Amino acid sequence: MDVMAKNNQFFIEREQNKYEVVIGLEVHAQVTSDSKLFSSSPTKFGAEPNTQVSLVDAAFPGMLPVINEFCVKQAIKTGIGLKAKINKKSIFDRKNYFYADLPQGYQISQYKYPIIGEGKVILDMADGQKEIGIERLHLEQDAGKSIHDIDPTNTFVDLNRSGVALMEIVSKPDLRSPDEVNAYIKKLRSIMRYLGTCDGNMQEGSLRADVNVSVRRQGDDNFGTRCEIKNVNSIKFMQMAIIYEANRQVDLIEEGKSIDQETRLFDTKKNETRSMRSKEDAHDYRYFPDPDLLPLEISDEFITQIKDEIPELPDEKKKRFIDKFNLSSYEANILVSDIDTSKYFEEVIKNSDVKLATNWITGELFAVLNEKNLEISESPVSSNNLSKLINLIKDGTISGKIAKTIFEEMIDGDKDPQIIVDQKGLKQESDPKALEELINKVIKHNTSKVEEYKSGKEKLFGFFVGQVMKESKGKGNPQLINKILKEKLNG
Amino acid sequence: MTIDLKTVKHISKLARISTDEKKANKLANDLNSIFKFIEALNELDTEKVEPLTSVADTKLRLREDKFEANNIRDKILKNSPDENKDYFVVPKVVE
Amino acid sequence: MSDITKLSLNELIKNIRNKKLSSTEITNSFIERSEKSKKLNTYVTDNFSSALEAAKIFDEKPNMDLKLPGIPIAVKDLFCTNGVRTTAGSNILNNFIPPYESTVTQSMWDEGAILLGKLNCDEFAMGSSNETSFFGNVQNPISENLVPGGSSGGSSAALAANLTPVTIGTDTGGSIRQPASFTGTVGLKPTYGSCSRYGIVAFASSLDQAGPMSQNVKDTALLLEVISKFDNKDSTSIDFKRNKYSSELTNNIKGLKIGIPNEYRVEGMPKEIEGLWKKGIEIIKDCGAKTVDISLPTTKYALPTYYIVAPAEASSNLARYDGVKYGFRSEGENLIDMYEKTRSEGFGEEVKRRILIGTYVLSSGYYDAYYLKAQKVRQLIKKDFDYVYNNVDAILTPSTPSSAFKIGEKTNDPVSMYLNDIFTVPVNLAGLPGISIPAGIDNKGFPLGLQIIGKPFDEQTILNIAYSMEEKINFKNNITDWWM
Ligand SMILES: [Mg+2]
Ligand SMILES: [Zn+2]
Repeated sequence: MDVMAKNNQFFIEREQNKYEVVIGLEVHAQVTSDSKLFSSSPTKFGAEPNTQVSLVDAAFPGMLPVINEFCVKQAIKTGIGLKAKINKKSIFDRKNYFYADLPQGYQISQYKYPIIGEGKVILDMADGQKEIGIERLHLEQDAGKSIHDIDPTNTFVDLNRSGVALMEIVSKPDLRSPDEVNAYIKKLRSIMRYLGTCDGNMQEGSLRADVNVSVRRQGDDNFGTRCEIKNVNSIKFMQMAIIYEANRQVDLIEEGKSIDQETRLFDTKKNETRSMRSKEDAHDYRYFPDPDLLPLEISDEFITQIKDEIPELPDEKKKRFIDKFNLSSYEANILVSDIDTSKYFEEVIKNSDVKLATNWITGELFAVLNEKNLEISESPVSSNNLSKLINLIKDGTISGKIAKTIFEEMIDGDKDPQIIVDQKGLKQESDPKALEELINKVIKHNTSKVEEYKSGKEKLFGFFVGQVMKESKGKGNPQLINKILKEKLNG
Repeated sequence: MTIDLKTVKHISKLARISTDEKKANKLANDLNSIFKFIEALNELDTEKVEPLTSVADTKLRLREDKFEANNIRDKILKNSPDENKDYFVVPKVVE
Repeated sequence: MSDITKLSLNELIKNIRNKKLSSTEITNSFIERSEKSKKLNTYVTDNFSSALEAAKIFDEKPNMDLKLPGIPIAVKDLFCTNGVRTTAGSNILNNFIPPYESTVTQSMWDEGAILLGKLNCDEFAMGSSNETSFFGNVQNPISENLVPGGSSGGSSAALAANLTPVTIGTDTGGSIRQPASFTGTVGLKPTYGSCSRYGIVAFASSLDQAGPMSQNVKDTALLLEVISKFDNKDSTSIDFKRNKYSSELTNNIKGLKIGIPNEYRVEGMPKEIEGLWKKGIEIIKDCGAKTVDISLPTTKYALPTYYIVAPAEASSNLARYDGVKYGFRSEGENLIDMYEKTRSEGFGEEVKRRILIGTYVLSSGYYDAYYLKAQKVRQLIKKDFDYVYNNVDAILTPSTPSSAFKIGEKTNDPVSMYLNDIFTVPVNLAGLPGISIPAGIDNKGFPLGLQIIGKPFDEQTILNIAYSMEEKINFKNNITDWWM
């Protein structure tokens, strides 16, 4: 592509050599759905252990999978969002291995024929855009949860998550730095949240990734041996794991040792990766088509119907914001990256000025949210009231400065700014006669300063503005004050 | 083709079935005679044949996304070899 | 009534509807006879006291519109039955009590039938003689120390010994038709997708089908009518228009074309089997149908194909028996040790053998050579049938290459045991319906069966052919009650 990123400048350096880090991600995104992929159990997070488990989820003898149409739809939607190929025929396979939280003794997944083929994601990096290739997206079942810390001698198993639908999104090994990984995960999350296909909640495990890391000397064309770091559930940990793992591999190479292709685990307490022995001898998954399910066939009508439901996605929205509202790329990025922010913004600008809305949202509002650690969906100031405030500024009822005071008050209980203005008499003084009176008063009381000004000390203009403002108790219209003051002093 | 002891042990491991030396030997014998019989298939040229996974001449049916909120934990855990009322229990797993 | 247990299903229903017999009387008779027949080892778990209660309830408020009004029926222990132990003939499910009911058995109870008990079978339906059951071998009522066939061996024996009026089995490679043939009874494997697999302990998912077993064709037709139903809980269940098999049953098969496949004349086939087949051809002609020589060239590869496909699926289907959620557990030092001990002690030798075959053919490096190859050959086998069905309405073959053999005769040679299913396995691989009817006896006096294979979903035609032939063959089982 034409905007291929310039060098992102992430290297691991040693005395003699510079190493490039090559990263590919297998993201597991929980599909937003009411029921599980192959059973009718609910998917809600946080239920009591084993209370959302059906006979199918617990793999009782003779239980059979029946696929959830909505999950299929969600996968296709996501595929469209990733500008990927939708495969009209895909096959569910069994991935066979034994594990305490895998009740069937196999995971139903898709191996050779996934529902979604190649696609791409565009990242906005500081030094330009970068395209990350998507290898595939497939549907599969989640496993249950093993809990090791309740009992000293036993592991407890909760199957609530067993059978929940996941989309495994596999990237090409196109990522080159922890920053890009950060941008990539955020972009994926953003796209899926726009589509409503995954809530992207990393704390609740709705988004996790296996991180494939390899290193190679700068300029080398061949990939090095990669290690897969399993199931990392925050961007910060992914970045830490990558840095640790890349350095570990570089050290091995520098010592003339070879790297074993293996599955590793990131220990968040020790900030290191280590070999996952439990997975080692289970490497032969013996995939084969699940005989309980037939090939999944998707009709053109089904795809067309889904395409009609696809909302405007972040890339398109950003372009529109830039073209239509003249926003900078930076501003547009901030406003579109999260669907709730973009929704809020679009609500506000329905009836008010875009420029002011942009500044107020990215400035005052974000500061408050940050300070209170709130999502924009929990904003203490509604889009409706922010819009009103902006209009009060725009039509000259209040000054920007007063607006800030009013905003402080609005935070407490989402108050209507008009009411605050009325109650506190904060309406801006825009009557030229009234202002002229105040100005005359200030001039009268500061004759020596007026002389100084007139003899060339023009810096004093600000002083007069301040004094007038003070006399008006902050309510004077600054533009008018400027204008009249200038006439008076220069006249 | 012959299936040796090492192979028998490897696939036993994959299948999570423990075998001692004696059993493994007998299994190797049995498997060899069975595979000798299976290998008749090699006489057939199947290069251009599509594999058949299911004879069910129908499309995969899709189910509506509706959940059934019936908590059947007691039923599910009743057959469990362990007594715990909330969880399935297995010997401690160390990652 | 002299001997209630000798009556056929249709006769029992008639007597109940006429109020000549009550469900309680009938149930009692079968229970009494079953109690006296423990030596046959047909029951793994009886449900006698509950059955009597249910019969009493039925008699108090009988609903004669039901298809199986108050009829007690014992079923293969592969069907999960709500609240009644279900073992699949295995130690690993020795103590398993399902909190749910299989769709097929539910259909029977919905039509008024009553669960009499759970019948012995080869472990996980893997076997052709019922000798792999954890609960011991079953005696064929035909003669002492004779196998009843398998895997539905408890079913065929109980049926032949009049311990249940009809029964249901499952058939993955011949497990209904072969034991029917060995016991002089009728057994039908429906088209794949006819009967729901929901709640049946899975052996090989792409091959398993439940089906009726009975004393005569009319009973089979009626029972099939009850259990053949579309079920949205099974993704491979097929929603096709089913016939009213029993009321549409006719002995008019004039003009039908019946294929006689050349390749079923296997090497070393006993003269008696050859003779039986010839007799069958004559009878079919007598009934007004025509016979046509046909070729199913891939036949000889069916058994090797089956012994890749079935174990592969089984190795995965049986992975859920790990000592965690239900069934037998052997304590271990750690999780893997627990798995290995549980599965090693919980499964019998034949099951372990097949799990290992299956694991091997799916394992990395062997998948293409074995599993994929087998799927391709399976395609060829199906195409063979598709092709001949352009020209014939059904196919006639022997059911088995021999009559029932002695207990212990083939247990040390898995391959010779597998050869029992040589005529039945192609039918499963192609997903077709097939019925075995008793057609004669060999020189030892043991029953021999003929198999009629139909087009997909055309159970009615093979039932009609079987019905017509049955009339002319007039087979009578000679059972002496030697075990009592
Ligand atoms: Mg992975
Ligand atoms: Zn995955």
